[in-house]
Amino acid sequence: MVDLTETFDVLVAGGGNAALCAAITARRAGATVLLAEHAPKAMRGGNSRHTRNVRALHHGPTGVLTDSYLEEEYWDDLKRVTAGKTNEALARMCIRASEHAPGFLESCGVVFQPSLSGTLSLSRTNAFFLGGGKALVNALYRTAEALGIVILYDTEVQHIEMKDGFATEAVVSHRGFPAKIRFKAFVASAGGFQANREWLRKYWGDAADNFQIRGTPYAQGRILKDLLGQGVQEVGDPTQFHAVANDARAPMEDGGLAMRLDCVPFSVVVNRDVERFYDEGEDVWPKRYAIWGRLIAQQPGQVAFAINDSQAQLDYLPPVFAPYRADSIAELAAQIGLDAVKLEKVVADYNAAVQPGTFSAQTLDDCRTEGLAPPKSHWARRIDTPPYYCHPLRPGITFTFLSVKVNERARVMMADGSPSANMFASGEIMSGNILGQGYLAGFGMAIGTVFGRIAGEEAAKLVRN
Amino acid sequence: MATESETVAEARRQMEICNACRYCEGYCAVFPAMTMRRAFTEGDLTHLANLCHGCKGCYHACQYAPPHPFGINIPVTFAELRNETYAQHAWPAPMGALFARNGTVVSLLAALGVALVLVLTVALQDPAVLWSAQRGAGAFFRVIPHWLMISLGVLTFGYALFAMAMGARSYWRATGSPAGAFAPAPTAEAAVDIVTMRNLGGGGHGCNDLDEGFSMRRRWLHQALFGGFMLCFAATCTGTIYHYVFGWKSPHAFFSLPVQFGTWGGVLMMIGAAGLAHVKIITDPVPVARKLAGGEFAMLALLFLIAATGLLLLAVRHTGAMGVMLAIHLGLVFAFFVVMPYSKMVHGVYRGLALLRNAKEKRGAAPAASAA
Repeated sequence: MVDLTETFDVLVAGGGNAALCAAITARRAGATVLLAEHAPKAMRGGNSRHTRNVRALHHGPTGVLTDSYLEEEYWDDLKRVTAGKTNEALARMCIRASEHAPGFLESCGVVFQPSLSGTLSLSRTNAFFLGGGKALVNALYRTAEALGIVILYDTEVQHIEMKDGFATEAVVSHRGFPAKIRFKAFVASAGGFQANREWLRKYWGDAADNFQIRGTPYAQGRILKDLLGQGVQEVGDPTQFHAVANDARAPMEDGGLAMRLDCVPFSVVVNRDVERFYDEGEDVWPKRYAIWGRLIAQQPGQVAFAINDSQAQLDYLPPVFAPYRADSIAELAAQIGLDAVKLEKVVADYNAAVQPGTFSAQTLDDCRTEGLAPPKSHWARRIDTPPYYCHPLRPGITFTFLSVKVNERARVMMADGSPSANMFASGEIMSGNILGQGYLAGFGMAIGTVFGRIAGEEAAKLVRN
Repeated sequence: MATESETVAEARRQMEICNACRYCEGYCAVFPAMTMRRAFTEGDLTHLANLCHGCKGCYHACQYAPPHPFGINIPVTFAELRNETYAQHAWPAPMGALFARNGTVVSLLAALGVALVLVLTVALQDPAVLWSAQRGAGAFFRVIPHWLMISLGVLTFGYALFAMAMGARSYWRATGSPAGAFAPAPTAEAAVDIVTMRNLGGGGHGCNDLDEGFSMRRRWLHQALFGGFMLCFAATCTGTIYHYVFGWKSPHAFFSLPVQFGTWGGVLMMIGAAGLAHVKIITDPVPVARKLAGGEFAMLALLFLIAATGLLLLAVRHTGAMGVMLAIHLGLVFAFFVVMPYSKMVHGVYRGLALLRNAKEKRGAAPAASAA
C-alpha cells in the first residue's frame, strides 16, 4: 500500500505523455514523485493512448525522420493553422525544444519506426511510435516504475488547496475513497474538458449530446476548472474544440483514430435537410480534415452524409463501418432516412456542374464544378456508377482549447500576472497557450513532451533547493 | 462453400478495424499484408492467421484491446483461426476432429506408443532381454529387432509426411494458390524468414513474450527447440548412413557424429521445450487462446520427453536399464510421428506456406489507397 501520509516532493495529476514526461524528469532530478492517473491501468494514458507520432524539428535526416524540418518552416506551419492565435515566444521555444523530444522519449524506452503506409506525407516532419501511442504509454510507465515513481491508478485529483498561488495539498478520490495528498510542488497534466458533456452543453446546448469524444472519457477538466476557479489565469477560447469528421456509428467516447473518415474529398456531403454546405474538394485532406468536425457540428442534428459511388471506393482508407449501399440514389436515401427526391436533385445538379478533367486522388487535380454553390473545387467526378454509397458523419472532438496560462518555464500564471509559487502545467491543460485554434499533426505530443520535461525539471529544482 | 465459422467472422471484424487504424504496421508481416487488402475473404483471413507468429506485440500496443468495447485481440483470434485451419485441412478429413481436444489426443497417443512398443518387444523377443545388459555392435537390435525398428519408423514417419503434404496441398488451394510463389526470390525470402524467425523480432527489439516489455526470449527458445529437433534429425540421418553405407552398427561411440548430433540436439530440445512451457505459464493470459493450451503443453511435454529419454538412453546404454529405456524412447518417437499431422506441429507447414505467399505478394501488389 502507498503511504499517503507522506509528503511527496512532486504530485503529478494526469497519466498521459505530458504527465509521464514531467514525472520521469522530476524523478531523474532526484525528487520523490507521485503520479495520480484517473483511469484504471488498462485505460491509462489519456489521449496519448490514441496518438501516433510527435512533430520534431531536425536539421538533417535522423533514423526515423527524413530530410530536415527547421524552425521557420515549423513556425510557418503553426502560424497558418492557428491563424496567428498563438504566443510566438512560447511557440518558438517549444519548436526549438521539440528537436530533443524523440531522443528523450527513446531514453524512456519508446521505440520509433519509419513511416510505412497511410501517412507517407508526414515522414519528414513527424517521428512515428512503433505500435502507436499505447506502446509509447507502456514504455513510459515501465520507465516510471523502474525509477521508483509512485503510480496510483483510479485516482482522480479533484481539488487543489491553494493560498496566494501556493498549492499545499490535493483532495483526491483514490479507488473510490476520498483521500488527501501532500506535496511541495504540483504539476497539472490532466488534459482538457472535452469528455465533460455538461461543460460542453454550456456553450453548445443540446448539440453537445451529438458530439463524439474521440479520445479518453477521463478528460473531464476537473483540475482545469478547479484551477481557473481559484484565480489562475485562463487562455484559449472556452467554446472551441478541435474536431474531425467521424463515422456517425462510432462509439460516443474513446473510438480513437480509426473512426475518422477520409471520404469527404471523394464525395458530395449533404446535411439532414439534404443540402450541401461546404466545398468538399477545397484542399488536400490532410489540410482540411480538421475543419469538417466543426462544419458538421454546425449542421442541424450535428449529422451529415457523404455520398459517392463505386468509382471512389479505392480512393480513401477503408472505413471500420461498412457504408450504406444501394443501386439507386433514391434507394440509398430511403436507407439513411433522407428525402429521396431532394437527394436525387442534389446529385443531378452536382453531376450537371462537373467539368471534364483528369482525376488524381493524391494531388490537387483539375476536376471541378462550374456554376454550383457551394462549388466542389477538386476531385469532382460524376456520381453515376452504381452501387452508390453513403458514409454517415458526426463531429468527433479531439480536444478543447481552454487552458491555464503558463510561462516559458511551464509555471502556472495567476490572474494578477504573477507566477504561481509551486504549480506547473504540461500537455492539453496548457496547450491553448500555443494552439489558439487549429491543429498540426503530432504537435500535441511535442507540447506535452517539451512542457512535461520543463515542468518536471522546474518542480524538482524548486523542491531540491 | 460451407458457412463461415464464428472465428472467421470475428477475425474479419477485427481486421476491418485494424485496417482502418494501421498503427501496428511496424511489428510483423501480418499488418503490411493486411494493408494490401480492403475486403477479407475466408482465404485471406486464413492466410493472415497463419502468417501470425503469436508474438502479442499488436495486443499490447492496441488502443482497442479489451476492456475497450471493440475488444481487439488478434493473438487469440488468429490462434483459434489457425486451429480451425489445422482441423479443416487435416488428412484424412475426419481426423480434423482430433484438434478439438488436442491435449488429450497427444497425451493418449504418447502413452499408447510407449505401451505398444513395450508389449511388442516382450511378445517378439525373450522378455529377459528387456532387463539384461547388452553390449557391442547391434546391442539395440537385440532388444528390438532391426527390421521392426526400421519398418515402424518408416511407416509412421512416412505417414506423417504424407498426411502433412496432403494438408499443405489443401491449405494452398484454400488460400488461393498464388502463381509464381515458388520462384527463387520469394522462396529464398521465406526460407530466411523461417530460419531466422524474423517475425518474432517485433520490428527489431523483440516481442511481448510476457507483458508489455519487449524480449527475444520466445524467439531464442523456439530456435533452441527447432535447432535441437533438426540436430536430432541429423543424428538419425547420419546413423542411417553409417548403417547402410559403411555397415557401422549402433551403438556408436560418444564422439561419433550421430551421438554428438543427438546429444546436443536433445539438450537444446529440452531447453527449448521447457523454456517455452515456462513462458506459457507466466505470460499475461489475456492475449493467449486458453482452449488451445492443452494441445500446446502436451506437444511441448512430448518433445521434452523424447529428448530426455534419448539422453537417458545414452546414459544407461551399457546397463540393464537400456532395454526399457529404448522401448520408451522409441514408443514416444513413433507416437510423435503418428500424432504429428494432428498436432501443433503442423503450424510449421502452414506458417511456411504463409511466409512464402507473403514473400510473393510483397513483390506483386501495390499498397491500398492511403491518406494521412
